[in-house]
Amino acid sequence: MAGNRMEEPRRKEALTRRDALTGAGAIAAGAALPTLWLRHAAATPADMQAAIANVLGDAKLNVGRVKIEIPPLVENGNTVPCTVSVDSPMTPQAYVKFIHVFNEKNPQPNVISARLSPRAGRASIATRIRLTDTQTVVAIAEMSDGTFWSDSISVIITLGACLENLI
Amino acid sequence: MASALINVPTKAKRGEIIAIKTLISHHMETGFRHTETGVPIPRDIVTRFVATYNGEEIFSAQLYPAIAANPFITFSTVATESGTLEFKWTGDNGFAATEQAKIIVE
Repeated sequence: MAGNRMEEPRRKEALTRRDALTGAGAIAAGAALPTLWLRHAAATPADMQAAIANVLGDAKLNVGRVKIEIPPLVENGNTVPCTVSVDSPMTPQAYVKFIHVFNEKNPQPNVISARLSPRAGRASIATRIRLTDTQTVVAIAEMSDGTFWSDSISVIITLGACLENLI
Repeated sequence: MASALINVPTKAKRGEIIAIKTLISHHMETGFRHTETGVPIPRDIVTRFVATYNGEEIFSAQLYPAIAANPFITFSTVATESGTLEFKWTGDNGFAATEQAKIIVE
């Protein structure tokens, strides 16, 4: 009696697990189609690496000298404040030529490419960007001496941008 | 016509680094969205922004769909001489807008 009672919940649990697994299988099969459809519409970290490699050419990417600032937790991915500043004297001898920003998971890896000159005085730009998902954003600075410096930041997005449909 | 907001100090000391804030009203349609019936909405964004100071380019940027609607860009420049700063935005479907600001350098 006592043994049966002990077994009962276990059998129930086994059924539930089986149900859950069958259900999971069905969901997976059903999800395959949307996943395929979504694939071309979502960049991957590999796409971002490709876009970065495109900018770098043969140069080496160093970490440092650049600072990217985005609030770590963002409620609305449609408009995310983003500031990039680079440690540079901004003289005709040594200045920042370009500031590039890349993301991992938006449909496209590029965000902005800004061209600066010694006349900027200060190597700092700010804009508002869209982020579709929780991801890493990378800023790269191209210096006048041909070196590249970078910084990255992880951002948590509660409500993503870009892919939502019109209602 | 798209309206733009520019924030440039009207007066500056020679050699001073001034902050410039620009905003252009534009919906920046990404081209990745669909209507309710599944029809893709074509891309319509501002792709390029150029700032010149008395005719000389001081800042430019290539914009992508990941820039939020109503592109807001801030940057800086050294106040070298009195004159005009001109800001130009161009984009998809022949979009073009220009705005000017005067500055007096003492």
